[in-house]
Amino acid sequence: MPYNVDAVFQIAGIGIIVAMIHTVLKQMGKEDFAHWVTLFGFGVVLFMIAMLIQDLFQTIKNVFLFRS
Amino acid sequence: MEIIQVVGIGIIVTFLVLVLKEQKPVFAFLLATFTGIIIFIALAGKIAEVIRVLEHLATQAHVNNLFFETILKIVGIAYIAEFGAQVTRDAGQGSIASKIEMAGKLLIMVMAIPIITVIIETIVQILPA
Repeated sequence: MPYNVDAVFQIAGIGIIVAMIHTVLKQMGKEDFAHWVTLFGFGVVLFMIAMLIQDLFQTIKNVFLFRS
Repeated sequence: MEIIQVVGIGIIVTFLVLVLKEQKPVFAFLLATFTGIIIFIALAGKIAEVIRVLEHLATQAHVNNLFFETILKIVGIAYIAEFGAQVTRDAGQGSIASKIEMAGKLLIMVMAIPIITVIIETIVQILPA
């Protein structure tokens, strides 16, 4: 597998930690803060996935749609 | 033994998604998408080798380059559309997935029009007037 499989564990870790922080902040009574944390984590993961999707589309273009 | 790596990462991600889905379903969905992309990119290199061989054979057999290129593009469109539709369907948006598939079919039909034109022109030439 040429690709960095570590990113999978990174995403899973980010998700678990964000869920934890969300729970703790909710217990402290700071609801809106908890939502901001979730949104931030979501943005980070979405950025990673967007980079990878760009890579995927470039690969498909190079493999299938060459000379265009 | 690429297959063992792919199956291994699939099983690991399945467990991670199961754990994560209870807490944050969005992250579970993103993780599944990520894994799909990783597996696809890992396989794209293999497909490229096969296609290079096919291209070599087609050049040796003097096949019209237009046909070969069109067929490759159609296969590429099919892969991209299938991938997008699967991701969207995983997120629970079946209707958008259907639209993506419809767009893929339409674009494939548009790309196939030159070939169909050639075939029909050939048939018309063969037929006695």
